[in-house]
Amino acid sequence: MSSAATPAAPRAARRRDWRRRGDRFGDAALYAICAAAALLGAAVLILIAYEVVEGARPAIDKFGLSFVTGSEWKPTEQFNVFGAGSLLYGTLLSSFFALLLGAPIAISIGLFLSMLAPKAVRNVVSPLVEMLAAIPTVILGFWGVLILAPFVKSTIEPALHDTVGFIPLFGEPQTTGLSVFTASLILTIMIIPIISSVSRDLFMSVPRDMQDGASALGATRWEVIRGVVLPTTASGVVAASLLGLGRALGEAIAVAQVIGAGSEINIDLFKTGDTLAARIASQFPGALTELHQASLYYCAVLLLVIGVAANLIASWIGRRFSYAGGQVR
Amino acid sequence: MSSTLGSGGFGDRPRAYDPAAPLTPTGNLRRRQIFSKFTEYLATAAAIGAIAVLVIVIYAVVQHGIDAISWDFITKSAPEGVAPALVGSAVIVGIATLIATPLGVLIALYLNEYAGRRAASFVSLTMDVMNGLPAIIVGLFFFTFMVNQKGTLGLGQAGWIAGLALSIIMVPLIARGTQGVLRLIPKSQSEAADALGVARWRTVLSVILPSALGGILTVTILSIARAAGETAPLLLLTSNGDISRVVLNPFEALASGPTRIYTLSEEANPAGFTEAWGLSLLFISFILFASLGARALLARSKRKTSS
Repeated sequence: MSSAATPAAPRAARRRDWRRRGDRFGDAALYAICAAAALLGAAVLILIAYEVVEGARPAIDKFGLSFVTGSEWKPTEQFNVFGAGSLLYGTLLSSFFALLLGAPIAISIGLFLSMLAPKAVRNVVSPLVEMLAAIPTVILGFWGVLILAPFVKSTIEPALHDTVGFIPLFGEPQTTGLSVFTASLILTIMIIPIISSVSRDLFMSVPRDMQDGASALGATRWEVIRGVVLPTTASGVVAASLLGLGRALGEAIAVAQVIGAGSEINIDLFKTGDTLAARIASQFPGALTELHQASLYYCAVLLLVIGVAANLIASWIGRRFSYAGGQVR
Repeated sequence: MSSTLGSGGFGDRPRAYDPAAPLTPTGNLRRRQIFSKFTEYLATAAAIGAIAVLVIVIYAVVQHGIDAISWDFITKSAPEGVAPALVGSAVIVGIATLIATPLGVLIALYLNEYAGRRAASFVSLTMDVMNGLPAIIVGLFFFTFMVNQKGTLGLGQAGWIAGLALSIIMVPLIARGTQGVLRLIPKSQSEAADALGVARWRTVLSVILPSALGGILTVTILSIARAAGETAPLLLLTSNGDISRVVLNPFEALASGPTRIYTLSEEANPAGFTEAWGLSLLFISFILFASLGARALLARSKRKTSS
């Protein structure tokens, strides 16, 4: 009451009022900007899906679902027939083989880093393994063409054929070394760092008490891993593997370089093949006809469906079953 | 249990006394321990194998690329050098970084400061999907949407569109990384600000962001290293870049390192391989130094904040 008489008080009150109004505006603005950024991400995703499906429209109209099963791919004017069967097969074969090869190695690396390596070793080895993911895929592919493929042809193919040749996957050695097998090896190199860094974090989040408890009951280190660490993190490890699979499915450049662009469905890994993503990368810039381009968009639609499914399942598993908040990084 | 003890322990013929005997594992335990050791060796071998692959790849790139590297190679245009590709890559990645960093940081802020549980899980799902989006599809989208003359906007190939495409790849990386950095900031700091009656946006701008700045920088460098080597989108969006002169204008098609390496490797002309190896060496060394440096920085700042 008495303070109202002095002239300073109304000014202070007004200033406070302004400030409060400003704060309210600032809060709302920052909230709006942040929310808009988040929404923009979702909008872009929807737009991407829409444009790709739109681009594929002519091919979807013409071939329908038979595009998925047919494996004829003749882009020249006179034939103009397209089918992604062999590409779908090549995509799945190369990626799953890479996962088969890469996941056990990557999980072992995760175990090594989280449970066996002393801190000093871990601090050196983990960034080095993650460096593998930092190598640009185009350089990995270039290395694959010039160095890995000749080595595969001269050494690995004959060796595998001689020892486990009774499995139809490992047929007669071929002439160039450009093959589904080589592509799988490149993909393996790409997915190992992804899976291993996620699984390392998972393993490190397993409570010490549980491991110590198992040890106190006389379990050896392997038995602790087998009985405590792996079961508690199994869902996260599966999610990590799916994440790696998603990466392998979508890789275009490195695969296009080393897979040899074949169009047949072969069980033999040493023959050439092609994947959806690689076919888009290698043929889209020089597409011959409308329909050719639309078919490549159709491939992109298939890839989008498979890739997004792998990622969604991974993040669903990660959320649903996570013991220790199985989160990437 | 007691019967085996009775028959084995006392009754039979006496042996020479060995004080270490009870401590030496035998039988089943011995087998279990050997198996455990064996798996440990396997895990170690896996780690060594991964590093060996890294060393082999880098060694090959250095061995073949070192001959190509010279001052002219870096500073001149084709046919002597690759300057246009380097400058083009820098422009494209620069644009991508300018777009992606603010967006990524804002999304992370939204997730950490504002979003309720459902909104947060929706947005992080979006980020997951974006992160898993094949790069070639991002490129295809921008080709249809902006580049293709018959498409929606029909702008033709341009460096800035490639930058936009790379920013789509960088945003989820930056958002995820920044989120991790923000989580490391002690809650007590923003609580102290709240207690003083500071508005939320002031807290964000003057307390949270300054203490996260180092981490955000690191995250940005890491995602730059990732984007610099990305090829697939560039192949569709800016493949017609002129390699005979340095172009700075992002509204033209720009040459870039990755597309150049790809073209050279597809041409299968041994003369071009030297150039490709040289470019690979330049890119790999930039990427390795950038990401190792950034990681070291991150580790240091983590130690600082946690202690």
